[in-house]
Amino acid sequence: MSVTTSNRMRDTVDRALDSDIYHSFKGSTLTMVAAAVTLVIFVAALLAPLITPQDPFDPGQLDLLDAFLPPAWAADGEARFWLGTDNLGRDMYSAILYGSRVSIGVGIAAVLLAMAIGIGLGLISGYVGGTIDAVIMRIADVQISFPAILIVLLIDGVMRGILPHDQHADLALPVVVLAIAVSIWPNFARTVRGSTMVEKSKEYVQAARVIGRNPITIMARHVLPNVMGPVLVIATISLATAILLEAALSFLGVGLPPTEPSLGTLIRIGNDFMFSGEWWIVIFPSVMLATLVLAVNLLGDWLRDALNPKLR
Amino acid sequence: MIAFIVRRLMQSVLVMLVVSLLAFSMFTFLGDPISSMVGQDTPIAEREKLRESLGLNDPVPIQFARYVGRVLEGKFGISYRIGLPVDEIIAERLPATLELSLVAAFYSLLVGIPMGVYTGLYPRRMLSKFFLTISLVGISLPTFVIGILLILFFGVQLGWLPTNGRGEVIQLGFWSTGLLTSSGWASILMPAFTLGMFQLTLIMRLVRSEMLEVLRTDFVKFARARGLTNRAVNFGHALKNTLVPVITITGLQVGNIIAFAIITETVFQWPGMGLLFLQAVQFVDIPVMSAYLMLVSFFFVVINLIVDLLYYVVDPRLRIDTSAATGA
Amino acid sequence: MTKIPANQPLLEVKNLRVEFPTRRGTLVAVHDVSLHIDPGEVLGVVGESGAGKSMTGAAVIGLLEPPGRIADGEIRLEGERIDDLPYEQMRRIRGRRIGAIFQDPLTSLNPLYRVSKQLIETIQTHLPMTEKQARARALDLLKEVGIPAAEERLDHYPHQFSGGMRQRVVIALALCAEPRLIIADEPTTALDVSIQAQIISLLKRLCREHHTAVMLVTHDMGVIAEAADRVAVMYAGRIVEVGPVREVVRNAKHPYTVGLMGSIPHVGADVDRLVQIEGSMPRLTDHPTGCAFHPRCPRVMDRCREQRPELRNVDGVDTACHLFEEVPA
Repeated sequence: MSVTTSNRMRDTVDRALDSDIYHSFKGSTLTMVAAAVTLVIFVAALLAPLITPQDPFDPGQLDLLDAFLPPAWAADGEARFWLGTDNLGRDMYSAILYGSRVSIGVGIAAVLLAMAIGIGLGLISGYVGGTIDAVIMRIADVQISFPAILIVLLIDGVMRGILPHDQHADLALPVVVLAIAVSIWPNFARTVRGSTMVEKSKEYVQAARVIGRNPITIMARHVLPNVMGPVLVIATISLATAILLEAALSFLGVGLPPTEPSLGTLIRIGNDFMFSGEWWIVIFPSVMLATLVLAVNLLGDWLRDALNPKLR
Repeated sequence: MIAFIVRRLMQSVLVMLVVSLLAFSMFTFLGDPISSMVGQDTPIAEREKLRESLGLNDPVPIQFARYVGRVLEGKFGISYRIGLPVDEIIAERLPATLELSLVAAFYSLLVGIPMGVYTGLYPRRMLSKFFLTISLVGISLPTFVIGILLILFFGVQLGWLPTNGRGEVIQLGFWSTGLLTSSGWASILMPAFTLGMFQLTLIMRLVRSEMLEVLRTDFVKFARARGLTNRAVNFGHALKNTLVPVITITGLQVGNIIAFAIITETVFQWPGMGLLFLQAVQFVDIPVMSAYLMLVSFFFVVINLIVDLLYYVVDPRLRIDTSAATGA
Repeated sequence: MTKIPANQPLLEVKNLRVEFPTRRGTLVAVHDVSLHIDPGEVLGVVGESGAGKSMTGAAVIGLLEPPGRIADGEIRLEGERIDDLPYEQMRRIRGRRIGAIFQDPLTSLNPLYRVSKQLIETIQTHLPMTEKQARARALDLLKEVGIPAAEERLDHYPHQFSGGMRQRVVIALALCAEPRLIIADEPTTALDVSIQAQIISLLKRLCREHHTAVMLVTHDMGVIAEAADRVAVMYAGRIVEVGPVREVVRNAKHPYTVGLMGSIPHVGADVDRLVQIEGSMPRLTDHPTGCAFHPRCPRVMDRCREQRPELRNVDGVDTACHLFEEVPA
């Protein structure tokens, strides 16, 4: 694909997503609410074992007689399962908190891995330049134009092909993390590469070279602080993307298995019971997921505004 | 101009070759075609003979060349899962996905562009703020959640629309279409809406931001200074400049549509290529996976090519003219 | 169009005040400007950036960007008030009776439309002509502004013209409906120095031939000296001196004007350095008491700090300076 067209497209898309929709929300109660909600969900997910009545994924704590209970406010609901139970008697409230834990955990892990890959490759690409730079950037460009979900599915499929069948379930988590990381590293790489190229031409780098110090460590120490702002913004937005990708994978059945479910897996499980009237099994995880992603998105954009030097 | 076309074509061919190399690698090194063709008890010696006869022991470059040759003929091997030739399976499923994607794309453009224009022209009105809020939600809600909610509401609770399948389908030659029957349309409504939602949001925000940008330009100011009507300024000058990048981006978004189709088809059990690919991934059905990869990449490359050419046609600044500007 | 009595000015601006209500308070861009332009004359409006000259021009043609608005005063075109007209009526005046030229010819033209389309569209908006007639007129206009090979270039796109050529096209566009007045906002600032003179002389010639008046807004005194009949000097949103251009240039009275004239480089003049006025113009939010220029004035008096001077006629030139006011007995 023509690089100039794709760059122009990207700039236009970036500008669209950067538009003052968020400016009109910025500083308003909505952003405050978003930040609060994100914080609450994160903390709740972290403390899940402490604030839930049961660990829904420990079969020993389940009782099949508790299955299919509707939420507490419905006719047959029980107070101790205030959001109802699913087909195995799992408390929905506990389930979505544990599920959020996994979703957020996978998301963060994927973003961290993508950052490592992206920053590393970006530094190399920007510093060394030449063919290596061209190759890395070409790959990044092509990857960016491919939909992430396809890349993730392909990598997932390939990994399943490589790994022996019985290990699929155990290794699901690292495979998913890897797949997502591979599909989002280009954003980090591009930004870091840009900053690296700017820093490379500055005098202290030349000076360091003359002295004989390893320029790479120096750049890591000077480029990275400069680039941390934008990287943080990209990281937050990538987190939302990562959570969505993982949810999609799990929903499709090729992500996390029911033994260690994320919100996506829960939605998948609930999907089966939608038609028989047990709507709560699918709705609550969906609402949780949507709220989480929305909050992270808003937070990411608020962060972008806050760190935008042009607006200060 | 010709040089530009040729160069782009060469780039496209190069990309396709790389992709086919990837697909071929998957095909050859990950899968084992022999195991899927013979029973488990077949002795090794016989397997070896089969290997030999199929040319699987030949040097890799030759196998690759053969692979490319077969692909160009449209043969992608035999599905591990279904046991039928892959090209047949895909041909059967392709119309479903393409119809769904096209309807979704149309709807997202038809609704998204006017919404974007409206919010760009009248940013302070209530309706604009309402549209913007919807767009925020649309970008954050996962596709499958939208689908599920729709099914729950319109399918289960209200029972108005069918929740899976394509409805009644009419066969036109090799193409099976659901667009000529009422049950077909009833079936495609919810999936298309779901699939197009993200697109619509993106297009709306794109059109809006471009519109706002264009309305601030000097030539719009000058157009107003010349006393041109609001209609001429907003829908002539402003809109035309806005749509140029929008149309091209939409073209590039086709990739996203195809990708999200996988999810939508799963939610609605739509018998298309996306669902086929997913089942292939679950089953590790390598021939189908690599065929899907090739096909999707091909779509991509062709569409990107068209978009690049379209840009060339629409924006006169890109045409490097022979008439250089003369002095004042 | 009413028949104007022989001595009525084409444009009359009285006590114009332009404000920008913002969250941080109201910014006043134009405090109290009164001027007039006679039919066919070129009035230069000169001053530093931020003096309010562009705002005055924008107010006259009705293109103040919101939240900017005309807070007070009146603007009359051929005797009729135009500052309080509804949008649609003002639109009809724009282009037809008042035209405008802006600074950057590259961004003034829509890059996706051919020049012919932009001309024909404007012509047909204001004059009842068929497409063919409009096209013929467009061609004539291009020739008039001096575009070579006009036949061919009529159908070209803006990017195919050089900077100077583009500004000529812009002038053609401004003139196509035969307006009585043109607001020219820094028409040569974005052009090469060598081209500037050509464009100015073109503008002068055309306006004389079409009997079109011009409000020539610029910070470049040289352009004013070359092209204007009268000149108004603006400072901090007010006019401090206005009169025939030769008078103002040769016998500048207001200390600010003196400073401006001194800052023009003269070939052959025997000076070591250019005169520079100390300090800078007050910001819109930061208005001094009394005369706005007093903090920088080399001849400041006590009175200047307290009382704002009004425009008074001194030897044929209107000046707002206490130096020239009769001290009350």
